[in-house]
Amino acid sequence: MALDQSFVGRSYPPTAPYEVGREKIREFAEAIGDANPAYTDPDAAKALGHPDVIAPPTFVFAITFKAAGQVVRDPQLGLDYSRVVHGDQKFGYSRPVRAGDRLTVTSTIESVKSLAGNDILDIRGEVHDETGEHVVTAYTKLVARAAEES
Amino acid sequence: MTAKIAYADVEPGTELPAQTFPVTRATLVQYAGASGDFNPIHWNEKFAREVGLPDVIAHGMFTMAEAIRVVTDWTGDPAAVVEYGVRFTKPVVVPNDDAGATIEVSAKVAAKLDDEARTVRVDLTAMSAGQKVLGMSRAVVRLA
Repeated sequence: MALDQSFVGRSYPPTAPYEVGREKIREFAEAIGDANPAYTDPDAAKALGHPDVIAPPTFVFAITFKAAGQVVRDPQLGLDYSRVVHGDQKFGYSRPVRAGDRLTVTSTIESVKSLAGNDILDIRGEVHDETGEHVVTAYTKLVARAAEES
Repeated sequence: MTAKIAYADVEPGTELPAQTFPVTRATLVQYAGASGDFNPIHWNEKFAREVGLPDVIAHGMFTMAEAIRVVTDWTGDPAAVVEYGVRFTKPVVVPNDDAGATIEVSAKVAAKLDDEARTVRVDLTAMSAGQKVLGMSRAVVRLA
């Protein structure tokens, strides 16, 4: 069943702050095998002009995707989460995420489409730090594949 | 922000050093823990096959994270990336053996965007097992 178009433009309340830790960034950098010292060595990060270690560009997805969960699981929207796959992902950065950040995400439904029985949902997640400075916007396209004919 | 590549030194067509990234089941378990994405299609073969996949597949976000390393290694400062987007076109299938899979990433400067902001568009190509696994994979990068 096609999703309700009236959800387009709907925003959800900002998430509780996520506190970015140096060790969490290190864990993520190690998991992707990336030895860039800006991720683990505060002095190396400072030499590049950052106040503390920074996170790899895709690190923030863990935070924005969790925030998108409140959209995806909104019972009023009625998306079949078991059939959802990740279609596209895009980030627009004002600055890198860094250790010590306390980040909140505000999710908005950008568009809702139905194509060949698939439901396609575009969610924009605006990430701000505790001073209100914009850090990054995450654009996430989720596709709920059409249910198979039974 | 201190990119080590100067805007003046690149032209459309400039190739970034290509890289190959290995991915095994152990990599995926480690990435699941670090990212918080514990979807069983990334570590449980039985589950993956039941939902119609050929085998366990890598997280799309893992592939996205590896691909941009070609750019961040080139610029030195990861903060040089001001925009980055991909389409997940094919899964990276990761067999349960010592070799696992590989993700081969190449990239080139597609266009110089803004002389004042010193931004360029970099187009990335990510392949695994002879198939293109990311589509429309592009980054906007601010150079020195």
